[in-house]
Amino acid sequence: MTRDEALFQFLLRMGDNTLILGHRVSEWCGHSPVLEEDIALANTALDMIGQTQLWLGLAGEVEGKARSADDLAFLRDAWDFRNVLLCELPTGDFGQTLMRQFLYDAWSYGMTDWLKGSADPRVAAIAEKAHKEVTYHLERSGDTVVGLGDGTGESHTRMQKSLDYLWPYVVEMFEKDKVDEVLADAGIAPAPDDLRAGYDDITARVLAEATLTLPEGSYVHKGGRNGRMHTEHLGHLLTSMQWLQRAYPGAAW
Amino acid sequence: MKHEWPLWEIFIRGQHGLSHRHVGSLHAPDAEMAMKNARDVYTRRNEGVSIWVVEARHIAASSPSEKGPMFEPSESKIYRHPTFYDIPDEVGHM
Amino acid sequence: MYAQMIKSEASNEDPALLEAFQARIDAGEKIEPRDWMPEGYRKTLIRQIGQHAHSEVVGQLPEGNWITRAPTLERKAILLAKVQDEAGHGLYLYSAAETLGVSRDELIELLHEGRMKYSSIFNYPTLNWADIGAVGWLVDGAAIVNQVALQRTSYGPYSRAMVRICKEESFHARQGYDAIRAMAFGTPEQKRQAQDALNRLWFPALMMFGPSDAESVHSEQSMAWKIKVKSNDELRQQFVDQTIPQIEYLGLDLPDPGIRWNEESGHYDFSEPDWPEFFNVIKGNGPCNVDRMKDRVSAWEDGAWVREGLMAHAQKKAARKVAAE
Repeated sequence: MTRDEALFQFLLRMGDNTLILGHRVSEWCGHSPVLEEDIALANTALDMIGQTQLWLGLAGEVEGKARSADDLAFLRDAWDFRNVLLCELPTGDFGQTLMRQFLYDAWSYGMTDWLKGSADPRVAAIAEKAHKEVTYHLERSGDTVVGLGDGTGESHTRMQKSLDYLWPYVVEMFEKDKVDEVLADAGIAPAPDDLRAGYDDITARVLAEATLTLPEGSYVHKGGRNGRMHTEHLGHLLTSMQWLQRAYPGAAW
Repeated sequence: MKHEWPLWEIFIRGQHGLSHRHVGSLHAPDAEMAMKNARDVYTRRNEGVSIWVVEARHIAASSPSEKGPMFEPSESKIYRHPTFYDIPDEVGHM
Repeated sequence: MYAQMIKSEASNEDPALLEAFQARIDAGEKIEPRDWMPEGYRKTLIRQIGQHAHSEVVGQLPEGNWITRAPTLERKAILLAKVQDEAGHGLYLYSAAETLGVSRDELIELLHEGRMKYSSIFNYPTLNWADIGAVGWLVDGAAIVNQVALQRTSYGPYSRAMVRICKEESFHARQGYDAIRAMAFGTPEQKRQAQDALNRLWFPALMMFGPSDAESVHSEQSMAWKIKVKSNDELRQQFVDQTIPQIEYLGLDLPDPGIRWNEESGHYDFSEPDWPEFFNVIKGNGPCNVDRMKDRVSAWEDGAWVREGLMAHAQKKAARKVAAE
């Protein structure tokens, strides 16, 4: 695997995470529990769409086949997507959405922080911008997880349930394969498991404050980041997202 | 149980070093969330560099019925305004 | 408009107070929350601003319907930012209404119980991507015509909300026109969608201004109080006059065979919308009334535990802080 092949895969992973999760978050627009949250969630989604344009734009450039960010987003099928499964799971209730956001943000925070010093200046530049956005997302999603975990009996129960459901999807973000090895050796991206300690610090602090407990059991759901096996949910998401581009090939919008 | 989130008044300092200005209101459970909500609601177009939030019930306001005694006495103090004075042209800008 | 068919309340207060109040309005003074105002003025405003706010929030739904299907990343971001603005506008307007002594939650409950209305336009469906362009261009375009006038409304908080909203709104109309223009100049299939959207949304957009003032019994008092600033017919004509050349630029067929330039009046003539249809939509029989309300009510009810949870946490946190001091 050449360095550019590895970098292409890595950029797809970054861009597909933000694309798919941004899409999920945007589903809330007009349906949130209160206007202030509706507006805040839209801001998060907008940041993620913006990050997608940058990550996938660079992916297309690195691949060198003249594919744009839009081509990559709208014209690949499910097996070519490289997002972690966590991002494609359905939104669930508001608690599940915010718990997922927090679990993702805490990872993204460490990742973009590391990437600011990437040996590839193009990657570092994107990370520089993204890290500021992610810092705010993490603060907001963390506060909301604490507020709902340590809120009423009902909100606590719902948040614990969300955590139990989502936690088995967390490990995939720290999985390491050939792509990661090549890029870690080149100083372009971190070895994913190096981010784990920082992640555990953040989640332990926030979940304790939220009076939530990590579920027992060590079962792990994975298969998105390497494309081996996505969930059934991704296909449905793509069916909506890609509809116009698929139905009217070649049209400009 | 029904508790509407309290109302907060939002003040934002714009880009150019002017005072914080009242921009509107919103609801939030506490000051920290009010601050975040203000960021998300009132600075979407790059409007600010600093935010104050004040719970609406803590604002004391002058009463409209006292408008006369409160504000009219200053109307007659026209000598406080620079335009009250004639400065000869020869003196130059002052 | 976003506030159609607003019933104005009669006042039976002290004639001297009423006269002084009217004099302030006639002198162009703004009325502020703590000022004396006739009960009828207050109630009419709550109804109008509340309906306006509800319209913004329900108005998120028809466009939100396409956020997950936007054809490019840029269009998706633009649409999301646009629909997010509508939530913001709803928020500003609820805040303005709250200065009149009604809470946002109370207004929302009145909407959900069917005791308050929202604009008829949002009970029409968005069926193809060109509708997203047409909504921004025509619906927000019509709203701007009304809202620019309302910046001069007599109630201070309402007027200030309008100023803020107008600043944001011109992005809405422009992004809509930009989206439909891409289609009008695109493939034949895209052009067909653009034409279809224009044909379907034209008359509902005209209805937004409400029935002719001649039939509107409530306009007179609202005009005197400067809650309403221009007549429905005036605003509608202004909208038609500015929009026809925009249609012609797109190379689309006019959506109404009755449209023609009238040399004598200096305005375009056009056909009346189907008013019986309008009254039916207002009554709840539009194509989407049931779905729209179902969406709003379930968002509100499903979100109750979140609002309560976050409030409970804030109270616990405050209590812990007091205990620690």
